[in-house]
Amino acid sequence: MGRKEDNIAKAVGVMANLDNIRNIAIAAHIDHGKTTFSDNLLAGAGMISTELAGQQRALDFDPEEQARGITINAACASMVHHFDNRDYLVNLIDTPGHVDFGGDVTRAMRAVDGCIILVCAVEGPMPQTETVVRQALREKVRPTLFINKVDRMVNELKVTPEEMQARFIKIINKVNELINRNLPEEFKGKWGVRLEDGSVMFGSAYHKWGVSVPYMKKSGVTFKDVYNHCQNDTQKELAKKAPVATVVLDTVAKVIPSPKVAQEYRIRHIWHGDQDSKAGSDMRTAKPDGIVSFMVTKIMIDPHAGEIAIGRLFSGTVERGVELYVGGTKTKNKIQQVGLMVGADRIPVDRATGGNIVAVTGLRDAMAGYTMTSDAEMVPFERIVHVSDPVVTVAVECKHMKDLPKLVDVLRQISKGDPSVQVKINQETGENLMSGMGELHLEVITHRIERDFNLQIVTSNPIVVYRECVKGSSPHSFEGKSPNRHNRFFIEAHPLPDNIIKALRENEIPDDPKKHAKEVHEKLTALGTFPKDLTKKVKAINGTNMLVDGTKAIQGLHETFELIIDSFNESVNTGPRAGEPVQGVMFIITDAKLHDDAVHRGPAQTIPAVRNAMYGAMTIAGTVLIEPMQKAVVTVPDTVMGGATGEFQRRRGLIQDMQQEGDSTTIEAKVPVAEMLGFAGAIRSATGGRCLWSTENIGYEILPPELQEKVTKQIRERKGLKPEPYTAAYYAE
Amino acid sequence: MALWLIGLGLHDVRSMTVAGLEAARQCSTLYAEFYTAILSTPHAELEAFVGKKVAKLDRLGVEKGADRLVAEARSGEVGLLVAGDPLAATTHTDLIVRARAAGVAVHVLHAPSILSAAPGLLGLQHYKFGRTTTLVRPQGSWNPTSPFDAVAENHARGLHTLVLLDIQADVGYFMRADEGVRQLLDLARRTGATWFTEATSLGVLARAGSDQPGRWTGPAGTLAGLDFGAPLHCLVVPGPLHEVEKAAWDLLAAGPSA
Repeated sequence: MGRKEDNIAKAVGVMANLDNIRNIAIAAHIDHGKTTFSDNLLAGAGMISTELAGQQRALDFDPEEQARGITINAACASMVHHFDNRDYLVNLIDTPGHVDFGGDVTRAMRAVDGCIILVCAVEGPMPQTETVVRQALREKVRPTLFINKVDRMVNELKVTPEEMQARFIKIINKVNELINRNLPEEFKGKWGVRLEDGSVMFGSAYHKWGVSVPYMKKSGVTFKDVYNHCQNDTQKELAKKAPVATVVLDTVAKVIPSPKVAQEYRIRHIWHGDQDSKAGSDMRTAKPDGIVSFMVTKIMIDPHAGEIAIGRLFSGTVERGVELYVGGTKTKNKIQQVGLMVGADRIPVDRATGGNIVAVTGLRDAMAGYTMTSDAEMVPFERIVHVSDPVVTVAVECKHMKDLPKLVDVLRQISKGDPSVQVKINQETGENLMSGMGELHLEVITHRIERDFNLQIVTSNPIVVYRECVKGSSPHSFEGKSPNRHNRFFIEAHPLPDNIIKALRENEIPDDPKKHAKEVHEKLTALGTFPKDLTKKVKAINGTNMLVDGTKAIQGLHETFELIIDSFNESVNTGPRAGEPVQGVMFIITDAKLHDDAVHRGPAQTIPAVRNAMYGAMTIAGTVLIEPMQKAVVTVPDTVMGGATGEFQRRRGLIQDMQQEGDSTTIEAKVPVAEMLGFAGAIRSATGGRCLWSTENIGYEILPPELQEKVTKQIRERKGLKPEPYTAAYYAE
Repeated sequence: MALWLIGLGLHDVRSMTVAGLEAARQCSTLYAEFYTAILSTPHAELEAFVGKKVAKLDRLGVEKGADRLVAEARSGEVGLLVAGDPLAATTHTDLIVRARAAGVAVHVLHAPSILSAAPGLLGLQHYKFGRTTTLVRPQGSWNPTSPFDAVAENHARGLHTLVLLDIQADVGYFMRADEGVRQLLDLARRTGATWFTEATSLGVLARAGSDQPGRWTGPAGTLAGLDFGAPLHCLVVPGPLHEVEKAAWDLLAAGPSA
């Protein structure tokens, strides 16, 4: 038996012992060394060969990721660590560093109890460092800090030993500041990172060494040794005295809470069901014979095993043959196999119990974010969200016509594995659209389709997804008539207040007001900006739009409401101005006149009548296009800074911050997504390839007035619509 | 220069009135819509009967094309042929309103309608009917219970109810009477109408206006399992019967009769 197999056998032994399990994530700003760090943990724990670590990048097992040198998927790995005479099973989730893939990070955090935040000793905390700290604390995940690339600080910045310590203190203070800013009340004063308990570590993941104060005491390694080893380029020796895996995993075992401890307070926070129910108490205690509650963080597609669901098992036992419900629905799937993940390998185990991170096959209907459970009534962790906020779309075609049936299938699988990819398949026109979080995101997906599914595809130039909203309230309600003119709906359109749009986008308001009427009423009341008399009258929510019933006792309206909601859902997906999704609009139905006989007010009558009223109300309120914005952060050597700032100026970019550190500068700019297309190539050539950059979607802004008509016309023509939007008179017909 | 709304009557084109036929023959352009009701007469036969080309319009053709019909009627005699009576179980009033608003004269040629044929064929008195209702083919979330409201209200007031059945001619769907009876039972259950059970006596009418209309009376539970043959069908939920009504009703209870 090799060391790896030996370790897996040990892992199976520890799995059932809650006190000795640790579930952690590693999170960092892009290129702060996360994947190398993860690999060295695995190697140190004997899960991959020590020599290969750093080159192998076990968690970046997607060749696409390896080629690009960035981590796209939150993959996971389990390892065994011996500490204080006990074996610990450490389940590790790697998180994507590129914020184009942000949805994965939140889910990864929800699956773990602690995290290691990597910060580069040279660059210090970066904008995404704050983002990941915030994400961790929002899920009540205990943070620890690893200051990486210490060797580069010593050798490139030429600091003295005193300066080195001063820099550490500065980074630690800054990270504690970020933590305190986001820390839940109950952990104030407890969850900061400290030198004394090992929750602060330093090292060089690349050179495979690390230290912490407790480890220094234990091993006799001093700061001075560290400094000298770096300066004299004898880091291999240091790696023998203070292997990074041992140091880090010691800290994990000691500082990160076990599932037994963590689930008690985390379930209360991250799960919104009744805490007194059986599901609630089973999860808080990670009860092995309790209700199965498995939160899926990721779906991977394996050419042989099919879809593999990876996630956190909060309670119960999973094993072959067990049937689980797709949380919140009546659908059931049967488990085929249970396993632990080690990089790209899935090691089958007979069963797994609550508190662990596991990989399960056979759950065909699972998607990232879903809760799979043995209890049909259990409230899922996340509401199944239908709307994400994709900002860029490409049309996808096959190179070879014969592959067409396969393409549809592949696109569906892709969007299942990554919910931030939306796929629209139009059977009639044969046009297949794929939308995602950015240009790079879609490029990666395209390559993955070609490689994993062996399908040659051609994609169109990326198209930006704009949104439509209203400039103000409609001056009066607008009358929409059914084709037979016997049914009339009177509807007003209003812009929703910003704080409500934000709450909707962050999924704080349930999107099914029929099921969660009370919660919707309470949230809207608490937000304070929603009309008080309407909080109980919200009939439907779609994305950031709402449908409100402002009528009083109209005969026949009640049973027509499902159709009105259908029409609302259709209408907000393609607005009146350019057929783009509507955003932030509240529609209030103020009155309706209906035909007495139901047969004359069916779908063919009601749906167009409601659409006319909504479009008309938006048109008299005045429509505008809003465009998605990105925050772009670029770090470049000073010598080529001009090239970088020039790129932003050329792209309607607004430079918001510039910070110089050493001989490089970090520029932060706000740029429209439309202008960011092609940025990757342009910035590379403008800086001679010497730049680090990342982007983050930061919401929408009104498209400048001088571009409104031009862009509207472009979109409409592309969609085969007449160049100008219709007037209100058209919708009054 | 006028718009002519011409009823074709029931089942067969020969059911239209002599006045209707003469009106149709003098029209310069003829249209027909068959989405509110249909005839068993093939289209070619209809054209031969009126001696003119007849363009078929679907629902959108009438609803969206209303302005076109009105515009054409400014310069010619435009006829719209409608099965049954042109203004009974239809929504063409809007067309008349629009034509008149545009200064176009409108002539209406009435014809037999199911509204008068159904009571007669089942031996019931027209005076004792309440509000008419139509059962709707369920479609996705659209499965309204309000069609039963009229049945329940009429029942409470001791009145009969004529229950029409959904027609979606464009997709070749005509709700059959057995399907209608099953839906009534379902609606009764959903609305908590305990008085309406499988034992409730109902009347079924098929192919009214033809030489051999089908007529059945009997308990809902029995009718729900019968095949009533070719369309169109309709149902009647009777209230308390008068002596004479009862005699006619019981005569039919023996089974189908001509």
